[in-house]
Amino acid sequence: MRRAFLILVPYLWLLALFLIPFLIVLKISLSDTALAIPPYTPTLDFSEGWAGIKSFFADLDLENFWFLSSDDLYWKAYLSSLSIAFYSTILALIVGYPIAYAMAQAPNEWRPTLMMLVILPFWTSFLIRVYSWMGILSQDGFLNQFLLWTGLISEPLTILNTNTAVYIGIVYTYLPFMILPIYAALEKLDESLLEAAEDLGCSRIQAFWIITVPLSKSGIIAGCFLVFIPALGEFVIPSLLGGSKTLMIGKVLWEEFFNNRDWPVASAVAVILLLILIIPIILFQRNEQKSREAEG
Amino acid sequence: MRRFSWFNATSLTVGFAFLYLPMIILVIYSFNSSKLVTVWAGFSTKWYGELFQNEAFLNAAWVTLKVAVVSSTFATVLGTMAAYVMVRSGRFLGRTLFSGMIYAPLVMPEVITGLSLLLLFIGIGLDRGIVTIILAHTTFSMCYVSVVVSSRLVSFDRSLEEAALDLGCSAFEAFRLVTLPIIAPAVISGWLLAFTLSLDDLVIASFTSGPSATTLPIKIFSAVRLGVSPEINALSTIMISIVTVGVITASLVSKRASVRQQADEQAAVRADG
Repeated sequence: MRRAFLILVPYLWLLALFLIPFLIVLKISLSDTALAIPPYTPTLDFSEGWAGIKSFFADLDLENFWFLSSDDLYWKAYLSSLSIAFYSTILALIVGYPIAYAMAQAPNEWRPTLMMLVILPFWTSFLIRVYSWMGILSQDGFLNQFLLWTGLISEPLTILNTNTAVYIGIVYTYLPFMILPIYAALEKLDESLLEAAEDLGCSRIQAFWIITVPLSKSGIIAGCFLVFIPALGEFVIPSLLGGSKTLMIGKVLWEEFFNNRDWPVASAVAVILLLILIIPIILFQRNEQKSREAEG
Repeated sequence: MRRFSWFNATSLTVGFAFLYLPMIILVIYSFNSSKLVTVWAGFSTKWYGELFQNEAFLNAAWVTLKVAVVSSTFATVLGTMAAYVMVRSGRFLGRTLFSGMIYAPLVMPEVITGLSLLLLFIGIGLDRGIVTIILAHTTFSMCYVSVVVSSRLVSFDRSLEEAALDLGCSAFEAFRLVTLPIIAPAVISGWLLAFTLSLDDLVIASFTSGPSATTLPIKIFSAVRLGVSPEINALSTIMISIVTVGVITASLVSKRASVRQQADEQAAVRADG
């Protein structure tokens, strides 16, 4: 009896506030836009009994998805989200790996402090961290003033409101997600393997590529997914740092919903975004399971 | 140690400079007396003064705090229950669905979670306001809490609980007297995580809030969309300082606790010998 209560409370909560809402999105993505409240049809009418339910299902169609596939804007938005997320992930790996590597090589007594320094930004507001770059990247911002002062450039660069600023924003805000799993993998690395490789005639750089990198593979994969998956649906970064030409699907969904008030199309955009995300999420889970098995 | 070369030292310095410089610059410019955020015109705290006279921000901060305290408390209770179910309950009908619903919100893009909750609230005719934000925040935070708590529950020695049951405790007493004190650090960090997630959330709150309740991130977002503003710099500085002090205090406290625990254990070993 107690056990049933314990299971039912969180179960029902999640059903009511996670699964059912998602089913509603799925349903509305199959509905039509209407000038009504709520602004879509059909709505389920139980008063008509079975006939009402039947006509409800008969009225659902894939029209919104046809609309999405026929309009260039959405294709471009999905593709550009994928490419922005992909390149940001690569950049975050290039920036994050050396930091994680150095942390793993640092003396034992430094490590808790270094860990805390990497985790601290997590606790700081995401919005503020993105906002801090607006003042740095703008035309008369800190970066341009600095570069002009050093004489490296003679004209201020336009960085804010371009895709470059979006890349910087994603790498900056998600960097800890990349550093931590790689550090966790590198920390477990057995130093004697490197010594053995060097005794057998490897240079340090060869030993790094032959031993360190493959043994940190699961950390690299985990870090890449942890950056890629949230970056794909990102909304805050492209709307603050990106320009009007920056197309990301999270931003398109937001505008479709709040500016155009087209709920069925916004829902269809959400359903396709989720379908795209399923593949990386499954791959990520497999990698996690594999590394857990390797440990156990 | 052997390998801690100039290369490692450089990557740490450059890496941490990248992570912290933007926030440091923001803090410095919050003390700038000029209205132009990018031109330094001398030290001043006037933006802090203006901030504390801005009713809209103060109201939003109060709403945000209320939402965060209530939702993280609900999320901690629900998340701990969910973790207990996941780790202890063995098989039950719909277990796969349950664990799916625990993990899915962690990777679900915020725009989708926000949209789906909004459509639910409209569907059932619930007016949007502080209650709907609390419901939304509780839902996604409880999943984070349950992940944190279940990792602690997995590593926990079940025989302690069984011993309590053998000695006549009821299941609830065993949980309260034995299990809860042992998993307490995870429950507390789960609460803190839920609290900061709620304070920080912009996207889901934007979908689920109504005209009657605006949170601080929503206010900040609409202000910074128009450009950089010195008041927001001051507000950001306050938020950064609170977090920094909080995290450093928490880590010092936990460090001291672990030192004491080690000392206790050594004393116990010595007493045994």
